Amino acid sequence: MKERTILLSVSIMAAAMQLAAAESGGLQVPRTVEAGSAFSITTSASSKAVLYIVSPLQVLRRDVEPGASVDIGSGALHNAGHYLALLVGPSSTEKAEFDVVAASQPASVSFLAKPSRLPVNLPEGISGVAYVFDVFRNLVLKPMPVSFKLSDSGTPQTRSVATRNGVAWVKMNSAPKAGAAQFQVSVGSVANKRVVQQVPGDPCNLRMSARRSGERVVVETEPVRDCSGNAVSDGTIVTFTQTYNGRSEATVDVPLKRDVARTELPAREGSVISVATGVVMGNEIRLGGR
Amino acid sequence: MRGRLLALLIVVVTAVLITVGTLWPIQSASAMAGTSPRSLNGSSGSASPQAAAQSLLQAISRRNWGAAYAALANKSEFSETEFVRDLTGSYTSLRSYATLDGFDLSPLRAASDEAQFQANLNWSSVVGTFQDVRNLRVIKAGDRWQVVWPIDREPKIPPQVIPVNYLRWDVIYRGAQDDWGTQDVESPHVRIVDMHPVDRGGGTVILGELLNEDVVPAFVTVKATLLAKDGSALATEDSFEKISHILLPKQVTPFRIDFKNVRLAQVDNVRIEPSSTLVAASADPVIGVESQKLNPLPLPSLTGQLVNQSGQVVNITHVLSTFYDNRGQIIWVADQYTNRALLPQTPVPFSISYPADLADKINNYRVVTSTFSVGRFQ
Repeated sequence: MKERTILLSVSIMAAAMQLAAAESGGLQVPRTVEAGSAFSITTSASSKAVLYIVSPLQVLRRDVEPGASVDIGSGALHNAGHYLALLVGPSSTEKAEFDVVAASQPASVSFLAKPSRLPVNLPEGISGVAYVFDVFRNLVLKPMPVSFKLSDSGTPQTRSVATRNGVAWVKMNSAPKAGAAQFQVSVGSVANKRVVQQVPGDPCNLRMSARRSGERVVVETEPVRDCSGNAVSDGTIVTFTQTYNGRSEATVDVPLKRDVARTELPAREGSVISVATGVVMGNEIRLGGR
Repeated sequence: MRGRLLALLIVVVTAVLITVGTLWPIQSASAMAGTSPRSLNGSSGSASPQAAAQSLLQAISRRNWGAAYAALANKSEFSETEFVRDLTGSYTSLRSYATLDGFDLSPLRAASDEAQFQANLNWSSVVGTFQDVRNLRVIKAGDRWQVVWPIDREPKIPPQVIPVNYLRWDVIYRGAQDDWGTQDVESPHVRIVDMHPVDRGGGTVILGELLNEDVVPAFVTVKATLLAKDGSALATEDSFEKISHILLPKQVTPFRIDFKNVRLAQVDNVRIEPSSTLVAASADPVIGVESQKLNPLPLPSLTGQLVNQSGQVVNITHVLSTFYDNRGQIIWVADQYTNRALLPQTPVPFSISYPADLADKINNYRVVTSTFSVGRFQ
C-alpha cells in the first residue's frame, strides 16, 4: 500500500513539475507547517479545481470551490518532509512548495545502549545513542538537550548532550563495582531506560586449601574475586586437577557457589592438586610426602 | 553376450553364497535370525553349553526377557525385574533404548559338567555402539545345560537428603513488541585458546580448545573451513558431537573436526569460526573424573571413573578427553558416552580409546564431561 502511495506521489510530482514550469502563483501556503497541525491554503481558483498535496510518503486530495480556501485539518499532514501543493483546474495548474517539520515537543526517544554486558573498570566502554522523535515518529531535527544518566550503586555519571540532526550520543565508563547499572536517557518529559550489566573481570589471586576427610580430601577455594575486589560471578567454573608423577589422575569442574568452589578428591599421598579457572592458575597443594 | 555371462555369474555366485551361509552360518547371525540350535525344552535348558549360551543371548536380543530369565540356572538369586534392570539399566540411560546388535561367544574352558564362555555383547544406540563383556558359566543340570547369569546389580542409594544450592541462568530475550532500539542480550564471548591441524589417515583433523570467557553460559559450536593456496574453500565441517556444547563461565572444551577427504598437504590456511548463543543453563550436576589411567597397547585407552557429586540422577554422560604431548600440544581428542545412568555418589567406569600410534606421544590428558538428565534442559 505504501509503495503504491509513493509511486503515485512520484508520478504526480513528475507531472506537476512539467505543468508548474508553465504556470505558478495564486496558491498561498505557509512556508513551514508543524507536523499534525491544522492550516489553510488560499487559492485564486476561478472555477472548480482539485488540490493535491504530495510528498514521497503522503498524498492528500481536496476539491476546491471557486475562490474558497482549503482547510487542512489537525493530524492530516503528519509526515515531516518537503511537500508540493498542486491546484489543478480545467485550464490551468498552480503550484506551491512547503515543508512539514517535526513537532517541537519530543514524544519518544529510541535508545541504543551497547554493550548489554561488559567488564568493570572499562573506560568509555558503554555507548548510548538517542534518537528523538515527535508524536508522529518524525525525527526532531531541531537541537534538543538530551540527558544521559548511568546509575549503579556508586555515584551516577550524568552527561547532557544536544542532538545533532535528531541524534545525541555519549560514551561512558563502566564502574569499578560489579552490578546492573541503569542507563537512562531523557529528553524533556520523555525517558527511556536500558540495563547494562557490569560484570567482574578475571579472577585475581586464586587460592585453595585442603583438608583430609578419611579417604578423601576436601578442597575449597577462598572466595574468588577479581582484581577490583568484586566477587567473581557464581557459576564460574573452577577446575581442580589432581596429578601423580605429572599425570592427571582426577579432574573436577566445579561451579562457584556463594563465591567459593568446593569438591572432594581421593587423598592419595604424593599427589599434587592444582586449581585453575579459565586461563588463570591458582596455587598447588602436595598431599603428604613420598 | 558379455552381459548375459555377467548376469549368469552373479546368479551362480549368489546361489553359492546363500548355500554357504545356510550350511555354515556365523554364530551371532544365526542366533539373531533365530536359527541357532534351539533350546530343547524351552526354559529347562539346551543340549550343549554353547547352545545354551546362544539361546540365552538370542532371547536377550529379541528382548524376550521372560524366556531369557526362565532359561537361567540361578533364577533363585535374583528376580526377573533385577535381571532386566541389569541389561537395560535401572534408570533411563543409553541402555534403555539400545538393542543387542550381535554377540560373540569365546569358549574359555570346558569340563563334563561345566563350561565357561566370554560373551561380547554389541549394543547399538543412537550415539553409536557400546560393548558389554560378560563371563558366562554354563552348568549341566541333569541332561540339560543352563547359563548361570553373572548378575550385575546397580548399587542402591540409601534414602538421604543431599543439599544442593542450585544455580541456573534464565534469559529474557528481546520481544517482538520492543522498540527497535531495544538491544538483545549480548552473545557470550568465547575464544579459541588452541588450534592445531594434523594429518590423520589420509585426511585432516582440526584439534583445539574453546574457552567461554564470559560470565554467562553459552551454547557453542565450532566451524572450520580449509583453504587452498589460491584462497578457495576446500571443505567446511563443524565439530558436531566432538565438543561439549554447553559451556559455563570460564569453562574450556576440546573440539575435533574431521575432514576425511582433504589431505593436510593441500591446505594452506584454516578458517575457524566459533559461534556462541546465550542459553538458559544449570550449573549442576558436578561430575568428578577420578582414577584416570592410560592403558598401554594392544588396546590403548584412557580409563577412569565418573562420580556424580550432586544429588540428581544423570541419565546420559558425554565424556571428552584431550590428549597432549610433552610440549603441551594437543595431539588427539576422543569421546565416549556412558551407557549407564550416574547415580549420586556412585562411581561409573568409562573407557576412551585413542589411536595406537599416539600411545608413545601422549604425555598428559584432560577429561571433561557434559551431562543430560531427563526432565532438565541440560
